[in-house]
Amino acid sequence: MKYTAADYKAGQPRWCPGCGDHAFLNSFHKALAELGVPPHEIAVISGIGCSSRLPYYMNTYGMHTIHGRAAAIATGTKVANPKLTVWQISGDGDGLAIGGNHFIHAVRRNVDINIVLLNNRIYGLTKGQYSPTSERGFVSKSSPYGTVEDPFRPAELCFGARGRFFARCVAVDGGPSVDVLKAAAKHKGTSVVEVLQNCVIFNDGTHNAVAKKEDRERNAIYLEHGKPMLFGAEKEFGLVQEGFGLKVVRIGENGITEKDVLVHDAHCEDQTLQLKLALMEGPDFPIALGVIRDVEAPTYDEAVEEQIAEVSARKPYHTFAELLETNDIWEIKE
Amino acid sequence: MTDNTKVKELADVVVRFSGDSGDGMQLAGNMFSNISAAGGNDISTFPDYPADIRAPQGSLTGVSGFQVHIGTNKVYTPGDKCDVLVAMNPAALKTQYKYCKSQAVIIIDRDSFTKRDLEKAKFTLENPFSELGIKNEVIEASITTMCKESLKDSGLDNKTVMRTKNMFALGLVCWLFHRDLSVGEKLLREKFAKKPAIAEANIKVLNDGYQFGANTHASVSMSYIVPGKKQQEKGRYMDINGNKATAYGLMAAAEKAGLQLYLGSYPITPATDILHELAKHKSLGVKTVQCEDEIAGCASAVGAAFAGALAVTTTSGPGICLKSEAMNLAVITELPLVIVDVQRGGPSTGLPTKSEQTDLLQVLFGRNGESPMPVIAATSPTDCFDAAYTACKIALEHMTPVVLLTDAYIANGSAAWKLPDMNAYPEIKPPYVKPEMAGSWTPFLRNPETGVRYWAVPGTEGFMHRIGGLEKSNETGAISTEPENHHLMTKLRAEKVEKIADCIPELQVEGDADAELLIVGFGGTYGHLHSAMDMLNAEGRKTALAHFRFINPLPRNTAEVLRKYPKIVVAEQNMGQLAGYLNMKVEGLHLHRFNQVKGQPFVVEELVEAFRQL
Repeated sequence: MKYTAADYKAGQPRWCPGCGDHAFLNSFHKALAELGVPPHEIAVISGIGCSSRLPYYMNTYGMHTIHGRAAAIATGTKVANPKLTVWQISGDGDGLAIGGNHFIHAVRRNVDINIVLLNNRIYGLTKGQYSPTSERGFVSKSSPYGTVEDPFRPAELCFGARGRFFARCVAVDGGPSVDVLKAAAKHKGTSVVEVLQNCVIFNDGTHNAVAKKEDRERNAIYLEHGKPMLFGAEKEFGLVQEGFGLKVVRIGENGITEKDVLVHDAHCEDQTLQLKLALMEGPDFPIALGVIRDVEAPTYDEAVEEQIAEVSARKPYHTFAELLETNDIWEIKE
Repeated sequence: MTDNTKVKELADVVVRFSGDSGDGMQLAGNMFSNISAAGGNDISTFPDYPADIRAPQGSLTGVSGFQVHIGTNKVYTPGDKCDVLVAMNPAALKTQYKYCKSQAVIIIDRDSFTKRDLEKAKFTLENPFSELGIKNEVIEASITTMCKESLKDSGLDNKTVMRTKNMFALGLVCWLFHRDLSVGEKLLREKFAKKPAIAEANIKVLNDGYQFGANTHASVSMSYIVPGKKQQEKGRYMDINGNKATAYGLMAAAEKAGLQLYLGSYPITPATDILHELAKHKSLGVKTVQCEDEIAGCASAVGAAFAGALAVTTTSGPGICLKSEAMNLAVITELPLVIVDVQRGGPSTGLPTKSEQTDLLQVLFGRNGESPMPVIAATSPTDCFDAAYTACKIALEHMTPVVLLTDAYIANGSAAWKLPDMNAYPEIKPPYVKPEMAGSWTPFLRNPETGVRYWAVPGTEGFMHRIGGLEKSNETGAISTEPENHHLMTKLRAEKVEKIADCIPELQVEGDADAELLIVGFGGTYGHLHSAMDMLNAEGRKTALAHFRFINPLPRNTAEVLRKYPKIVVAEQNMGQLAGYLNMKVEGLHLHRFNQVKGQPFVVEELVEAFRQL
C-alpha cells in the first residue's frame, strides 16, 4: 500500500507561527510516507515541552507522556512489541536535562527507537529559561546576568554513550531533513537526530548561521557516506585532516585538489573522526549536517527476543504448570 | 532412644538456626522446614539476615538467623521465641539468646567457643553462659572435630569439610525431633546434583549428626514429637517465600490473560528477588528490563502497557517516591499496570532489610492531583501468589494501575504452599476494542456498567489514537482544559476504581461471632493478629479479627462490619495509617490503636498483653 503525507496527519498544530516545529512536522510526515510504514504500526512517544506536543499531530499511535521520561517509556514500548516502529520526540530540556539519564541509557542499550531531539537551546513552554544546550553567558529570564555553565553538545553525549547513529538537520531545511529521518528509521538500533530548530519567541536566531539556504552553503557541510567533504556555493571548500584535527581548505589553493579532501565514512566503527565532524562549529568550521555516524550493532529488543528463544529451546518448562514442577514438591496423601 | 530421654509430644515447636553468615544456617533451616512439611507439619519460616554486606567472621554484626515454626495444626507465624536454638558460634549465642523461651534447648559447636572466638563476640568472661546468665539445657557438641573425623577419608579439602557443619547441626536437630532423614538426603542429592561427592559428604555428616544425638542421648532430658496432622488437606505442596510467590502470581496471571509479562525494575532491597526470579523464566516468555533507575522502571512499564503487555514494576518505599509521577501517568492514561511495593523501614533509606507497613498512605495518596489507585495488601508469604494474581486481574480488566503491598517480613518468610490448580483460577479478560467499534470509538469511551475504557493496542488497524498526561476530553479524547470536562473525568476515574468493589470479596470476620473486641489489621500482620485472637479466645475473651486485603476500594461491607463491634483495635506496623484511613472512609468510628515500628514482626505475646488492657 502507498501512503501520502496526509495519511500521517492529525489535528491542528498549536505551535507559534514561525516555530521551527511546523517545518519539522512536515518533513516527518513526508519521511513516513516515503518509508511506507502503516500508521497503525507506528508509536510516537514524547515527553514535555513545545516539541513534545507533536504526537497529537500524528495519525498514528502516540503517547504524550511526562517530563524527561520519553526514552524510558519508548524503551518499554519497543521491548514489549518490537514489531512497532517507535519514534521518540524530545526537546533539549526534556531530552538532555530532566531526561538526560534515560537518553544516555537508551543510546547505550541500543534499543531500536528513533530519537528526535529538537534543539532550540531554550525552554519555550515555561517561557524562556536557559537550557542545557544554551551557550555559556546566555541571558534568559532565569539567567539575567548570563549563565555561568557550559552546555552539552548533544553529539558528544550520544557518542559518549556509544551511540551508533547520529545525524543532524535544520528544521527549515526540508529535503535533507526528510533524508535524515528516513536514514534514522532504516538504521537498526537507537538513532539520534538532532534537529536545529528556531524558537521565534524566546531564542530567535539561535541557528541563524544555518537558517537560510545561502548561509548553509557557506556555514554548513552536508555529509554523505562515500562522498568527499566539500561545501560552499561552488563546492569550493573542503575538509582535510591535519595532525589530530580537521582543517578547512580551498580547492585549488596551495595545490589542493578534490582528491586531497576527506571522504565521509559514516559506517566506520571508530568514532574519532565522526565525532570531530559532529563537533565542528563556526566561525572556523562548517556545521556538519546529514548522517554523521551509522554503524550496525545488535539491538537490545532483538537480543531480548533471541535470548528468550535460546533459553526456551534449552529449558524443559514453558508453561506455568511446568514451572511449578521444577520445585521440591512433597505430597500429603490420605 | 533410651529411658533417660523422655519423649514429649508437642502441638508446635520453634527452632532457630543461627551462626556466622557463612555457616549455612539458611540452608539448614530451610531443610528442616521442608523435612517437617513432608512429615505433614504446617510450617512458617523467617530468615533474619545481617544488615552488613560482609561482616567480619565471628563478629556480632555477622550473625545470620533462620527461624522455623512447625505445627500439627496451622501455624500462622514463624513464632515469637524458640524452643531450640542452634548457635554455631559465640556471636550467635550472644545475639540470638534473647529469642529463647525459658525452657529452650541450646545447641552449640563447642569447637567454635575458643578464647579467640569469645573475644570476637566481645565476651569478657571465660564462660559465655554465665556471662549471659543462661540456665537452659545446652548440648555442647564438638561439631567441627566430628565433621573432620567423619570426612577424613573423603579426600575433600578442609574448606569443603568445614562447610558441612550445618548438616551436622541439622542432623542433631532431626534426632531431637525424630525426623526422617530420607527427605533431607533427597534434598541434598538434588541440590548438589552436579557434585555427587559433595552431596554424599553432606549426607554422611547429616547422618553422623543424627547418630551423635542418638548415641550420646546428647545429654538432653527430652526429645520431642510434633505429629503431622492426619486430616491435613491432601495435595502436593512446596515451600515458597513471598517474593517468589509474587513472581509466580505475576507469571500465572500473564499466562491466564494470554499476555507477555514485562517487568521494568531497578534493584532495591527487599524487592530485588522478584526481579531475580522473573529474570530466570525466559522460557515462559517473560521480559525483564533492569532499568537505569526507579523512574525508568515504572516509565518503561507504562510504555510496555501501552504496547499491550501485562506490565509490572517492582520496588520498595523509596522507589515508590520516584515512581509516583509515572504511576500517575498510568492513572490518567488509564493503562493497566501493577506496582509491587515490598515495604521496608523508612523514612528515606531507613531500615532496608527490615519490615514495616508505613507505605500505606503513600501508595493511597502520595501523588499529585486526584489520583485514585486500587491497593491490595498480601497477608502471608503464600497469599502473595493470589494477591499478585488478583492485582493483575484488576489492572487488566479495569484498565488501571494497581498497587500490591507486601513487606520484607512476608517477602522473605516462607510457608508450605499447596500447588495451585490454575484451572480453578478466574479468567482474565482485558476489555479490548472490538473491530465493529472502529470509526465510533474514542479513547475514553467506557463500558457503562464498569466505567472501564476499551483498550486499543498499537498495531491494531483503525484505532490509532493519542493519549497522554494532559487531561483529555471524555468525548473526543483530545486535549481539554474545559472546566466541566475535568470535573467529570476526575469523577469518572474515581468511580471506575470505586466500582471495583463489585468484583472483590466482602470483608470476612474470623473468630468469635459475638466478640467484644474486634481486631483490625491489613497485609502481612495477618498471622500474628490471628494468633493473638486465638490466644484471647482460648482464655475466654471473646475476640474476632477483620483483616483487610483490599484497601482501595474497601470491601462493600466495611462500614457494616466495623459498626457492629463495641470495641475495635487497629493494629499496624506504622503510626496509625489504616486507622486514619478508616476514620476518613467510615464516619463515627472510635478506634483503639496498636502501633509499632521496630522493623521486626509483631510479637504475639505483646499483642495479647496490649489487647487485654483494652
